[in-house]
Amino acid sequence: MQITSPAFKQNAKGALADVQLQQALGNVRSGFIDKRLKAVEALPEFEALRDSARAIKDHALANLDLYLEAYEKKVVASGGHVHWAESAEDARNIILDICRKANAKTVTKGKSMITEEIALNDFLEEKGIRPVETDLGEYIIQLRHEHPSHIIAPAVHVTQSQVEADFRRVHTHLDAARDLREPEALLNEARKVLREEYFAADVGITGANFLIAETGTSIIVTNEGNGDLTQILPKMHIAVASIEKIVPTLEDASQILRVLARSATGQDMSVYTTMSTGPRREGDVDGPGEYHVVLLDNGRSSMLGTEFQEMLRCIRCGACMNHCPVYHAVGGHAYGWVYPGPMGAVLTPSLIGVDKAGHLPNASTFCGRCESVCPMKIPLPKMMRHWREREFERGLNPAAARSGLKFWAFFARRPALYQAMTAIGMPLLSLLGGKSHRFGWLPLAGGWTRHRELPAPQGKTFMQQVRSARSAGAR
Amino acid sequence: MPDQNPRVGLFVTCLVDLFRPSVGFAAIKLLEDAGCTVEVPMTQTCCGQPAYNSGDRADSRAIAENTIEAFEEFDYVVAPSGSCAGMLKKHYPGLFSGEPDWEARARDFSAKVHELVSFLADVRGVTAVAGSEAGSVTYHDSCSGLRELNIKAQPRKLLRSIDGLELVELKDADVCCGFGGTFCVKYPDISNAIVEQKTGCIEASGAQTLLAGDLGCLMNMAGKLKRQGSAVEVRHVAEVLAGMTDAAPIGGKG
Repeated sequence: MQITSPAFKQNAKGALADVQLQQALGNVRSGFIDKRLKAVEALPEFEALRDSARAIKDHALANLDLYLEAYEKKVVASGGHVHWAESAEDARNIILDICRKANAKTVTKGKSMITEEIALNDFLEEKGIRPVETDLGEYIIQLRHEHPSHIIAPAVHVTQSQVEADFRRVHTHLDAARDLREPEALLNEARKVLREEYFAADVGITGANFLIAETGTSIIVTNEGNGDLTQILPKMHIAVASIEKIVPTLEDASQILRVLARSATGQDMSVYTTMSTGPRREGDVDGPGEYHVVLLDNGRSSMLGTEFQEMLRCIRCGACMNHCPVYHAVGGHAYGWVYPGPMGAVLTPSLIGVDKAGHLPNASTFCGRCESVCPMKIPLPKMMRHWREREFERGLNPAAARSGLKFWAFFARRPALYQAMTAIGMPLLSLLGGKSHRFGWLPLAGGWTRHRELPAPQGKTFMQQVRSARSAGAR
Repeated sequence: MPDQNPRVGLFVTCLVDLFRPSVGFAAIKLLEDAGCTVEVPMTQTCCGQPAYNSGDRADSRAIAENTIEAFEEFDYVVAPSGSCAGMLKKHYPGLFSGEPDWEARARDFSAKVHELVSFLADVRGVTAVAGSEAGSVTYHDSCSGLRELNIKAQPRKLLRSIDGLELVELKDADVCCGFGGTFCVKYPDISNAIVEQKTGCIEASGAQTLLAGDLGCLMNMAGKLKRQGSAVEVRHVAEVLAGMTDAAPIGGKG
């Protein structure tokens, strides 16, 4: 997909002016937050589970090579195939090869951010293979030729009336007079249309929430059951996963599952937790004839051993964006690539370069709400600051901001000079503020006064007053 | 029983120094009433957050070194700001990683740092203040104080001890006001969208006065309220706790 992260500011401006988007974002601000809080408060050991989940992933990341090799052996032993993809392009070509061998015309897809990251749909279409998204949200945005604006609620930016219009536009084989006013009617229509696709599909592609080293199992969690139909009904299942999805044991995965759904949707568990271990065996009632796993690196191994390693603990629950005031204001598309919100602000520069994604770690108030709700305790603000440090070292931030900062720091490092200057400046500014005690406009303060008044200083600075009190013999 | 007469160094913060000295004097009164001997080291400027949050480690470190040298002799270092106290307490030691001597000094220093209201309540055991009769007030939890220093109950407890003060809870009090230091001028439109949510909640609370513990957030919220023509008055919580509300509210009245 096209990267528009460098145009973050313009994207944000557009998003702020988009009435329908703002209406849709209102749901994020309330729904997700309350549901998570209820679920967390109902589980006394939630905090302890966060610590244990973090420890599991830290251990897995510290021994990533060993667990990945162990995982591969188990997949092969159960009759599956493992493909290693260093880059997005490698992954696309591997998947295309597998699909072509299966003579695939149609592939159904479970919800997967990794296939967004490698821009799989466009690629398959180019090659004459029709991908069909089966998660309702993904299906909606596929009809709209859009990308997910949220990692677990891809169509959260779309309003119900927009969905109705899209369904009427695309499902022209259905009765034009049908009643689609209720959300259930939309759901049933999508279900009916998608049901046919499952049977027509030659290949089913899913992502994976976990890869289990001890068993060679891939796990997906879904709420609609579409993932199961996607991976069981076609003759071939391809699971695409990035390497950091690995955990050592099923027990480890089940611990992390306890924080995942609670953090994401406020559910105790997602409706479906589906484990896939190899292809259909003799005597199995269902399952794919072939089972492939594509393991994607795409820049992750180069995050190991750096200040960004902890980002690889992320389990893609979306809690960080659900609680982010910036995400609430502009939505996911403004971030300009696959991963929005705080997790995107850290991960995106790692994957596409901070030269392109530099706005993302800067567009944060460092309010810290993301870190406080992250089930994996990822220090997101700290890592955004690390990106700002790298930008600063490489001189990537705007020249005006740099010279302004250097000018200020020159004085802040010299207390006597700083106080002499401010003792002249602030009383003057206070006089200008006059009786209203504020400014509607001030030179060089346009960023502030465009939207708000600037409160005027009271008069003499605090240090100035302390100093004169001292020379007068008091204090 | 807290120590008798501990020596407290007041880190007044750059915004209070420049824009609202009355908060600094209110802090001195509150600390003295709580039995502290307060001193104001003259070599302080700013905690360094503008540099630190812009990725400028060298200047942050230099400013931190200056602050530590100015304050390490005191029993406690107190700041009327959760954000600046958080910087001093939680972030300074990391600026000296790889320099064992300085890192140790920074850790010793950081251990002594407190935000004003939590220092009064948690360290000095203050349970009630005289304060000023401020009618109905509401309180915004500034992010760093709330999430880095666990400041939530302390200001509410002290505010409730004031006769004639009615504390109204603010919806989404724990949500950022959109200030974010340089964020508000780097991304003014987004900052504005966030502060509009906040002022909506403030107006809906029906309170006459908005209080918080950080001047940056207060100037942002006051600036927006005044631009919107709101009658809500905005003050730093220390002014009300100290009963020093003679100065005009932040951004003026009406």
